[in-house]
Amino acid sequence: MSIGTAGTGVAAPIGVRSHFRAIAGRRGVRQNLVAYAFLAPWLAGFFGLTLGPTLASLYLSFTRFDLLSDPRWIGADNYSGLLADERWLASVRVTLAYVSLEVPLKLGFALLIAMLLNRGLRAMSLYRAIYYVPSLLGGSVAIAILWRQIFGGDGLLNQFLHLLGVGRAPTWIVDPSYVLYTLVLLGVWQFGSPMVIFLAGLRQIPRELYEAATVDGAGRLTRFRYVTLPLLTPIIFFNLVLQLIHSFHAFTPAFIISNGTGGPVDRTLFYTLYLYQQGFAHLKMGYAAAMAWVLLVAVALFTAVAFATSRYWVFYQDRQA
Amino acid sequence: MTPRRITLPAARHALVLGGAFLMAYPLLWLIAGSFRPPSELGDPGLGVQRPTLDNYIQGWTALGPPFSTFFINSALICTLAVLGNLFSCSLAAFAFARLNFPLRRVMLGLTLGAIMLPYQVTIVPQYVLFHQLGWINTFLPLVVPKFLAVDAFFVFLLVQFIRTIPRELDEAAAIDGCGPFRLFYLIILPLITPALATTAVFTFIWTYNDFFGQLLYLNGIDHFTVPVALRTFLDTSGVSAPGQLFAMSFLALIPVLGFFVAFQRLLLEGISTTGLRG
Repeated sequence: MSIGTAGTGVAAPIGVRSHFRAIAGRRGVRQNLVAYAFLAPWLAGFFGLTLGPTLASLYLSFTRFDLLSDPRWIGADNYSGLLADERWLASVRVTLAYVSLEVPLKLGFALLIAMLLNRGLRAMSLYRAIYYVPSLLGGSVAIAILWRQIFGGDGLLNQFLHLLGVGRAPTWIVDPSYVLYTLVLLGVWQFGSPMVIFLAGLRQIPRELYEAATVDGAGRLTRFRYVTLPLLTPIIFFNLVLQLIHSFHAFTPAFIISNGTGGPVDRTLFYTLYLYQQGFAHLKMGYAAAMAWVLLVAVALFTAVAFATSRYWVFYQDRQA
Repeated sequence: MTPRRITLPAARHALVLGGAFLMAYPLLWLIAGSFRPPSELGDPGLGVQRPTLDNYIQGWTALGPPFSTFFINSALICTLAVLGNLFSCSLAAFAFARLNFPLRRVMLGLTLGAIMLPYQVTIVPQYVLFHQLGWINTFLPLVVPKFLAVDAFFVFLLVQFIRTIPRELDEAAAIDGCGPFRLFYLIILPLITPALATTAVFTFIWTYNDFFGQLLYLNGIDHFTVPVALRTFLDTSGVSAPGQLFAMSFLALIPVLGFFVAFQRLLLEGISTTGLRG
């Protein structure tokens, strides 16, 4: 294992042995010091910027705190206040609607295009690149601005609709019944990164399985249903967890499209956006901390449910008896 | 060949091609729009009748300080963030993967937990801390955490990578008199360059695109980065000058596009092996 303990197992006269042990002990201390020297930045970061702030935010969530005066303990008022806060409830509804639309659509497109690309197309790597690029750019302010121009009153979409003879089209980004869907579309547009993961997974499936299935008379759909899909479930699961977390954290598009308001009528009030408004626009930092802890618990629950149900639908080849 | 065999691949190819065009269309439209005079901005097509550079020239200085200021600020923050992550994450990863010390497993587990932690949970106390240190409206809150290995994801990525290197190399180096520091510097670091490159590229792109942190900590226009400047541009004059907004947005996308073109293989392999999102 390590250099310091290498000599301890050797049979030796007792005096020599204890002498060795003393050296090993000293070496052990030195070894630990060396290890902590390597870890020093991480230790400072983890305790100072991750664990410390996590606990501090739990404490702050039970206080009223505006950054300028000292935090004042108010018990669970912030948490009970959440339930009475119409806008908080709206932000939960918006976020859940967004996540439950965006994640399945995104994964569906990712799988579909990955299947199409996997069949040895010419120029496959070029297509892969084109489909992948939006997922690198999509979270940026520049793309959110582009989205405003596409779905604005005289934006790209309505110009097309006008050409098609549609006279009166809504202004998608200010119409409460459509605006969330433009954000969903922006999320789905970024299906490239799960697609690349699916492609890597598809390439792992042994060809012999398909050949055997074909010999047994399985058609295209049957092969997909009984070979591809089961063998891909670990990748689907992985992508699902990743995209769930990613989707819960979306912030920039909603902020840019609504000018930071979460409007129209709170229809783009993502949880993260409302947290930002409360904590940093209104300086209700205790309230924001309570919101963050509710988010932490919610994300943990969603992930836990995904993991708990995974044993019923995720198929691991190495666990097969 | 039966007709069915010819048409199916052709249909599939057409579908893929059409899809790719649809995916790329918004970007192409943005680029076309950035070269259009105001009278042409209502055109949903990709052609430009009378191309002009006016949008770039006027947009460049529309906020007062030229956009070069914002690009320099972004470049500075990104460079420091990349250096910080390479430095701190590789040190921590080496300790976790190769050294023995008390609570090693517990600490590695905490690193994994930190990956799942929503950033909103730490943001309020971190803001308070940086506020008390007088770091608001400086680059420090965006850069210093990178030197403290706060991006747990990369620590984990590098740990996994170091674990694939045979331990015999360590032992051979130890026999030749290599201490842990030289082992790290001379043996391990050169062998994990692919993972370090992945770390560098993704740190660059995520830092460059990070709007939330920069919005939070930078409030003087001289300290603005590209995303924050774009947002301000949108608020002030952008609505009345969409052509300029297009031009500056396209310029803002170029660094990431450039990184993608330069490091395409690395990015796509990084994604398929580790599940890094874009």
